[in-house]
Amino acid sequence: MEQYKLVIIGGGPAGLAAAVSARKKGIDDILILERDFTLGGILNQCIHNGFGLHTFKEELTGPEYADRFIKMVEEEKIPYKLNTIVISITKDKEITYINETDGMVIIKATAIILAMGCRERPRGALNIPGYRPSGIYSAGTAQRLMNIDGYKVGKEVVILGSGDIGLIMARRMTLEGAKVKVVAELMPYSGGLKRNIVQCLNDYDIPLKLSHTVTKIHGKKRLTGVTIAQVDKNRKPIDGTEEYYSCDTLLLSVGLIPENELTTEIGIEMNRITNGPDVNDRLETNANGIYACGNVLHVHDLVDFVSQEAALAGENAADFILNGERKLNETIPIVAKNGVRYTVPQTIDIENMSDIVTVRFRVADVYKNHSLCVYFNDEKVQDKKKRVLAPGEMEQILLKKADLKNFDGLKAITVCTEEN
Amino acid sequence: MDTRELICISCPMGCMLNVTIDGDDVKVEGNTCPRGAIYGKKEVLSPTRIVTSSVKVRNSNIAKVSVKTEKDIPKGKIFDIMDEIRKITVDAPIKIGDVIIENCADTGVDIIATKDVDKI
Repeated sequence: MEQYKLVIIGGGPAGLAAAVSARKKGIDDILILERDFTLGGILNQCIHNGFGLHTFKEELTGPEYADRFIKMVEEEKIPYKLNTIVISITKDKEITYINETDGMVIIKATAIILAMGCRERPRGALNIPGYRPSGIYSAGTAQRLMNIDGYKVGKEVVILGSGDIGLIMARRMTLEGAKVKVVAELMPYSGGLKRNIVQCLNDYDIPLKLSHTVTKIHGKKRLTGVTIAQVDKNRKPIDGTEEYYSCDTLLLSVGLIPENELTTEIGIEMNRITNGPDVNDRLETNANGIYACGNVLHVHDLVDFVSQEAALAGENAADFILNGERKLNETIPIVAKNGVRYTVPQTIDIENMSDIVTVRFRVADVYKNHSLCVYFNDEKVQDKKKRVLAPGEMEQILLKKADLKNFDGLKAITVCTEEN
Repeated sequence: MDTRELICISCPMGCMLNVTIDGDDVKVEGNTCPRGAIYGKKEVLSPTRIVTSSVKVRNSNIAKVSVKTEKDIPKGKIFDIMDEIRKITVDAPIKIGDVIIENCADTGVDIIATKDVDKI
């Protein structure tokens, strides 16, 4: 059985950044396994700009951002296999992959980084009544069909869900000559970034209907229209508010789900809010030497943060490979409370933590004039005033090792919102 | 005197800006950094955008190569630029930064490739 020091599952932004950072820490023996025909992952179809403001201090398109990391991987001569799908990983870090040239192969790794990304929530998960005609796509599928495969996708479009991909596709389809009639969002707020609402909807006068959903799909072979209705605070359609929109295309931008089939089969502890694995401050799962980063860990808004997180996973995996397993210390839980839905990482090891640990999280609702607070046990140690907090924008706080070490009898760290 | 409410998009903060326009005098409030003031002023006086799209490509394993305007262009020119982008087809190989259309729609701005495309 062939042995590798580090195997990275997925060659998207997370996998690439993890590989480069592990190589910089001295790992010579790395393999990236990628299922698509090219490296770069979802960035290849995200042809819009706005990537890299944090990482490169300039605004790049998705393919350009991917290219920077692909070139780093090539300069470092890090091997990768394309068109290769991993079908299983064991706790002993045996990886089974399949591709057309090698057939089915089992390899063994000293450390593994999970960087499989996420996929879109499909129509089947929504229970929209009506027929099942053609013309209904998840927004990302439509994006790939249009930007890589060169199809037109549709002429008259309705978009359900105001996630970022839906907003980006509203603009993209408008630019390609389609008429985007409306974006309907079930929640009373958008799940997308503000700049996408401004530049993708407002710029083109595309209406965004908050607290609205699709209640019926019309058309037998091809979609002919949808019925949209307002919903009440329990998200139930309100009688008499139905409106009919004729359209040949319905795009669904209704959430992303980390792709963790491999992770759950290993038996790794999962988090029911993020749908990703629970990790400690080294981004290590409860399986020793198996790390996770990027959208497989929790869904991000900005690729810059994916790259940062992945670089950290790469460094920690390198440390594990070079210095062996860390002595297990007692870890402190980071608890998400009062409007904070989850945190990543979920636990922290004070003895072994780096000087500063970034804790990322999302809030549960739109909050105005709230503080983001951190408590050590019952004592408030941070209070950051925020004018607006929204579920669509990931937030973060920093924990300093010195602060944690100097706090006697620290049992739990709580991250929460508080009204000002 | 005219006031407009804008959302600053210079960074993910998304500050709510209140822009007051009084003749040539433009006042921006609500920004939390200098970039917000610059954005607010520009957005009411001469809004610009980067346009991104994709262009048909021959002799490659992908059907389209992604492109962008090399600099931002006046917002009012977006559809003129798209009309030109939609008309053309290019041949692989293509390198990032290659000029695909010179001086697109008389804006003085080139359309450049944002992806390497190999010839097959």
